[in-house]
Amino acid sequence: MQKKLILAALATAFGMSATASNAASDGGTLQAVTDKGFVQCGVTGGVRGFSAPDADNNWSGLEVDFCRALGAAIFDDVDAVRYTPLTSTERFAALSSGEIDVLSRTTTWTMTRDTSLGINFVGVMFYDGQGFMVRKSDGIDSAFDLDGASVCIEAGTTTELNAADFFSSNDIAVNTVVFEEQDEVIQAYQDGRCDVFTTDSSALAAERLSLEDPGAHVILSEIISKEPLGPSVRQGDDAWFNLNRWVYFLLLNAEELGVTQANVDEMLASDNPAIKRLLGVEGTYGDMIGVSNDWGYRIIKALGNYGEMYERHVGPQTEIGIARGVNALWTDGGIQYAPPVR
Amino acid sequence: MTSEDMSKNNAAPNPKDAPAKASLIYDPKIRAWFYQILLLGGVLWFFSSIWGNLTANMARQNIRTGFGFLDNTSSFEIGFKLIEYDRSSTFGDALLVGFLNTMLVSVTGIFIATLLGFTIGIARLSSNWIIARLATVYIEIMRNIPLLLQMVFWYFGVLAVMPGVKQSIELPLYSVFNNRGLVTPAPQYSDNFSLVWIALVVALIVAFFVTRWAQKRQDETGKRPPAALINTGIIVGLPAIVWLAIGATLTFTIPVLRGFNYVDGIHIPPEFIALLWALILYTAAFIAEIVRAGILAVPTGQGEAAKSLGLSEKHRLRQVIIPQAMRVIVPPLTSQYLNLTKNSSLAVVIGYPDLVSVFMGTTLNQTGQAVEVVAITMTIYLALSLGTSAFMNWFNARIALTER
Repeated sequence: MQKKLILAALATAFGMSATASNAASDGGTLQAVTDKGFVQCGVTGGVRGFSAPDADNNWSGLEVDFCRALGAAIFDDVDAVRYTPLTSTERFAALSSGEIDVLSRTTTWTMTRDTSLGINFVGVMFYDGQGFMVRKSDGIDSAFDLDGASVCIEAGTTTELNAADFFSSNDIAVNTVVFEEQDEVIQAYQDGRCDVFTTDSSALAAERLSLEDPGAHVILSEIISKEPLGPSVRQGDDAWFNLNRWVYFLLLNAEELGVTQANVDEMLASDNPAIKRLLGVEGTYGDMIGVSNDWGYRIIKALGNYGEMYERHVGPQTEIGIARGVNALWTDGGIQYAPPVR
Repeated sequence: MTSEDMSKNNAAPNPKDAPAKASLIYDPKIRAWFYQILLLGGVLWFFSSIWGNLTANMARQNIRTGFGFLDNTSSFEIGFKLIEYDRSSTFGDALLVGFLNTMLVSVTGIFIATLLGFTIGIARLSSNWIIARLATVYIEIMRNIPLLLQMVFWYFGVLAVMPGVKQSIELPLYSVFNNRGLVTPAPQYSDNFSLVWIALVVALIVAFFVTRWAQKRQDETGKRPPAALINTGIIVGLPAIVWLAIGATLTFTIPVLRGFNYVDGIHIPPEFIALLWALILYTAAFIAEIVRAGILAVPTGQGEAAKSLGLSEKHRLRQVIIPQAMRVIVPPLTSQYLNLTKNSSLAVVIGYPDLVSVFMGTTLNQTGQAVEVVAITMTIYLALSLGTSAFMNWFNARIALTER
């Protein structure tokens, strides 16, 4: 009798687990998120400006703000987000297994990742490129002078591939030392295990600040790759993908239309139809992506538009201090462009 | 089932006059078969449903599957490798590099940890109070601190604070040591030097037979020929004669500091040193305890008997105690060997490119084929462990007590 009970229990367990995993995608991620009451967001273990704990130990950064915008759109609460810090090697498995709902973790959009990992990239939050940091005392001013150097790299990143491409195509012999976690990479570089630390230049700028003596290190001018960093979601859930994508577009459109956190309440009374649509005064655009029609107002009221997020976390006014450059709107000479809310 | 049926069965306590036509349900053989088949069916169903779930989920999520990726270009570099490998090699090559790196650290680690463990285990039983206490302190410290912490300590705490390249510590024989590891002169062989190696192998084989002959001779006559002396002569002499005869040359390139690093030498990275060091110190503590247990398991009467036969302390240990202790030592020692091999996968933390780091780290991430990569890695560790077990079982059978 006991054996039968165990068998029955096993059968139920597996039957149930099979249905549970199906429900997550068939019922839709949005439904699952609404039911549990928060968005589970995969972030880095701590890259300043993108996702790192701030002085009050709250997650903060450009990529964190994307997740907070999702929280605002769905729950009208930017804090309805829970964060999962992931290493580079863990991140895709965490997304495809359903452990997280959205991966917003300085992840480069590449063809392999887009097509064979079962994920879809939502957009580009930050156009980046890979750079090198070296010690000032080494007197190096070009990446082409790095022959013979030891290079510290984080495992499972495009950085690892770009570095191999760059050094081999320029006949530069280097010794690579690969670590699982960014923290260990920094530690090893700081301890002098490596001459060079290479990663996305934005992260270089951020990590340089966490070194003991930032002034003793320089970032070389060469940028050796294209690194469009953006959030990604599981493939095969178009409704959730659309919501994520339009939250991103909304942030860009708001900046383009001049809607800011400060003036969003006045803008509600604007005569501009585009702004009316953006803030949900006119039309049912929220319905189309499964959230309340005032989703645009909620997001901008709580977090501001893309430009404000940028200035707050990585812009020239911050300690990281990266100029807008290509990340400016297309109207300002950059390449950030969003289709209209219409 | 009615109560009548039950009473019928209960009413046949004597097997001799038990009715032959009892219901099939009560036939123990049939019951046994039934449960075996049920269990087998359950297990098969279990795995087939896992497989079904897996393939269905992967297909639904549009995740690429199959082992074709092993032939694709890997596009990444590996810092420490025993075979030729660069970014244009395949993921299969990367797997091999990682596997060899794991093997290197495991085999070296097992070898040294065994030597150290035996020494400390015997030291702990020493009649010298200080030596015995030192061994105890070593064992208690090493085996009670998690291995991962020890690795991080040796790597970030000790090796990383070594002097930088330009302030390298100069060791004898032109070697240098700094926070990038150890650089030793690299031997450069002339083309015909391989004959010297062949001579060495031949000498070793001959030495093996000399030892057997000496053993036999001792058994027959009671006198032991000076086998050690003869063997030393053969092992040193034969390659030396060949070397001189064919005029092979062996030169060393001395490492020099050029640019960022020392060039022209063999580089042993600090990752390897820290990993090996931590694995040895940790595992040796366990081996020491196993050795102590093994020696204590030999009845004291054996030692006393050896003493009364007039055997020297050396012979008492080597000929009487250790052979009997080995029977107790070998089975748990096998577990320690398996542990050391598996523990080497912690290498990823300190950046040593072992199988897990190269394959389950970088390769998995660049291909995204988690299921295949994890399956291959698990299979390799399983094969390594089963291989070690098989060898140790064979060894154990050889030294087991032969009942006469």
